[in-house]
Amino acid sequence: MGAEETSATSVMEEESPELADSGGPAQQGGTLKEAQKSHLGDIDRETLIDIYQQMLLVRRFEEKSAEAYSAGKIGGFCHLYIGQEAVAIGAISAIRKEDYVLTSYREHAHAIAKGISPDAVMAELYGKATGCSKGKGGSMHMFDKELNFLGGHAIVGGQIPLATGVAFASKYKGTDQVTLCFFGEAAVNQGAFHESLNMAQLWKLPCIYICENNQYGMGTSLERAMSSQDISQKACAYDIAAEFVDGMDVLAVREATLRAVERARKSYLPTLLEVRTYRFMGHSMSDPGNYRTRAEIERHQERDPIKLLSASLKEEGILSDSEFQKIEAEVKGQVEHAVEFAEQSPLPDAKELYTDVYADPIEI
Amino acid sequence: MPVVTMREALNQALREEMLRDPNVFLMGEEVAAYQGAYKVTKGLLEELGDKRVIDTPITELGFAGLGVGAAMVGLRPIVEFMTFNFSILATDQIINSAAKMLYMSGGQFNIPIVFRGPGGSAFQVGSQHSQALESWYAYFPGLKVVMPSTPADAKGLLKSSIRDNDPVIFIEQERMYGNKGEVPDDADFTIPLGVADIKREGTDATIVARSLMVPVALKAAEALEKQGVSCEVIDPRTIRPLDIKTIIESVKKTNRVVVAEESHPFCGVGAEISQEITERAFDYLDAPVKRVSGADVPMPYAKNLEDMAIPNVDQIVAAVREVAYLD
Repeated sequence: MGAEETSATSVMEEESPELADSGGPAQQGGTLKEAQKSHLGDIDRETLIDIYQQMLLVRRFEEKSAEAYSAGKIGGFCHLYIGQEAVAIGAISAIRKEDYVLTSYREHAHAIAKGISPDAVMAELYGKATGCSKGKGGSMHMFDKELNFLGGHAIVGGQIPLATGVAFASKYKGTDQVTLCFFGEAAVNQGAFHESLNMAQLWKLPCIYICENNQYGMGTSLERAMSSQDISQKACAYDIAAEFVDGMDVLAVREATLRAVERARKSYLPTLLEVRTYRFMGHSMSDPGNYRTRAEIERHQERDPIKLLSASLKEEGILSDSEFQKIEAEVKGQVEHAVEFAEQSPLPDAKELYTDVYADPIEI
Repeated sequence: MPVVTMREALNQALREEMLRDPNVFLMGEEVAAYQGAYKVTKGLLEELGDKRVIDTPITELGFAGLGVGAAMVGLRPIVEFMTFNFSILATDQIINSAAKMLYMSGGQFNIPIVFRGPGGSAFQVGSQHSQALESWYAYFPGLKVVMPSTPADAKGLLKSSIRDNDPVIFIEQERMYGNKGEVPDDADFTIPLGVADIKREGTDATIVARSLMVPVALKAAEALEKQGVSCEVIDPRTIRPLDIKTIIESVKKTNRVVVAEESHPFCGVGAEISQEITERAFDYLDAPVKRVSGADVPMPYAKNLEDMAIPNVDQIVAAVREVAYLD
């Protein structure tokens, strides 16, 4: 697209003046830091540090995944989450262990945030028997039944009716579990999104629909794909509560999710959150990314969610330089351990080819 | 034994299984207040309540996926398609979610769900409401596909399907809802999936028929008996997994096979059965396997053309005579 800014960005500016960066990155960063500072008082130190550490873990994990992919260790598709960490980690920090999470194929972060060990996630990427889906799912199909992490779905929008059904089951059984359903903004154009939101409000289901609006469906910008780009407003069509959230501000994501969780847990009501974010890498590892400019990416990188949080933590004296270094070292160790674990793990046994097709196999 | 219609037999199965297991619920278009477009769900709302018998919007992809999601966390949904023609809208969830979930989760999430409703040819409803889709679903590992041909089979197989821990595609024949037969009223009566039934024993030729073609094949067998040809009629009942052993045993006895089906021939279940026989019992065949299939055209509306598009007794008789080299 040459040196021109893509028009998707200008649309964002028009629609969301509070997020516009026409005043330059410094001003933008300052505004967000101010916003984050106001959140910091409401959250305990331990949780804050945990959120920061998870975001950093996901960042380093994805960097390592890219390396392993380039080295031919990881096959197929590999969709990285770099730039979007605040969304999965902020939202999942707002739920309980027994709550459910379903997401799309860009899922490594959600899996880790829900509690799957980086070892099992990396081993799954490597297609090893010790992976969280025994090596049979891969990057796009990670699951953990114990942790109520319900995948990992690779047809755009396919997880939205599924999550609606999980929420239906919570209400049917009378539990207070809530379901988080993550999807990209491109999924909003699918019928599955609209069909699900209609049923969720019609039947009052405790499902929280989290649209990770990273502004591109693969190489197609939002404005080239969506006639009306105000996604949170689409909730009006179904009379669903909705919020627009700054997806680079992890605490804003957490707080919006907490509000939605309360609505879901207490009143069995769904919510649509449009979380505006940006992916710093290509759609997948095979994406040359020539549909957006370097300048556009760099401008968004000024609002890197990890940088924003670390700046606030530093400014407020929550973490010292040595503590930052300690966390960085711990995360590095975790990722190195994950790679080592994946490297050393065995491939699935050949007999696994024919297992898990049926729960009740019928011998003829 | 009481004589009831296929519709009533299915209704009994639904009712009994819902009474047996509180995790079973039924959803679909017009299943509750309207009592079912074909009255298969009659009385269930009144007896079981609107928590468990749920009218859905016309949103097949949505409620099929909702069912699969509910099945991931311990419920046992029965999802009714008003007709299987509308399941085409839901195939993403049936195939990409229900069929593959257990495998791609490394054995963690099985999907105990039944997708059921009428399928096959109906009465003059045109191309979009009159078609046989079993070969689509039977193609996919992870799904089980069931097609009953009698009221008793319908009841016993539906009860087994609801108790099964895998996704089951249960196709009822739209023209057969009024067919009557003896049906056990025992709440423990079930018929195992994957077991064919020999509907008529014979020695000279085997007719493999399913669903609507079973009564047609039985009439053909009666006609052929008068012509001195003894036909065995085998109803696989479950299309996937297919009880090929029972078919092969019959072929070894009769050495001649006709497969009767109302579906299109190309890439159909009949083609698969024929290939299985070729691989497993080629040396026993005295003639090539013959298919009698629905016409390879979209279903026409006009009564005379529609009649021509669905296999009849005469076509099956002629096919048996052909494999027996009688003409």
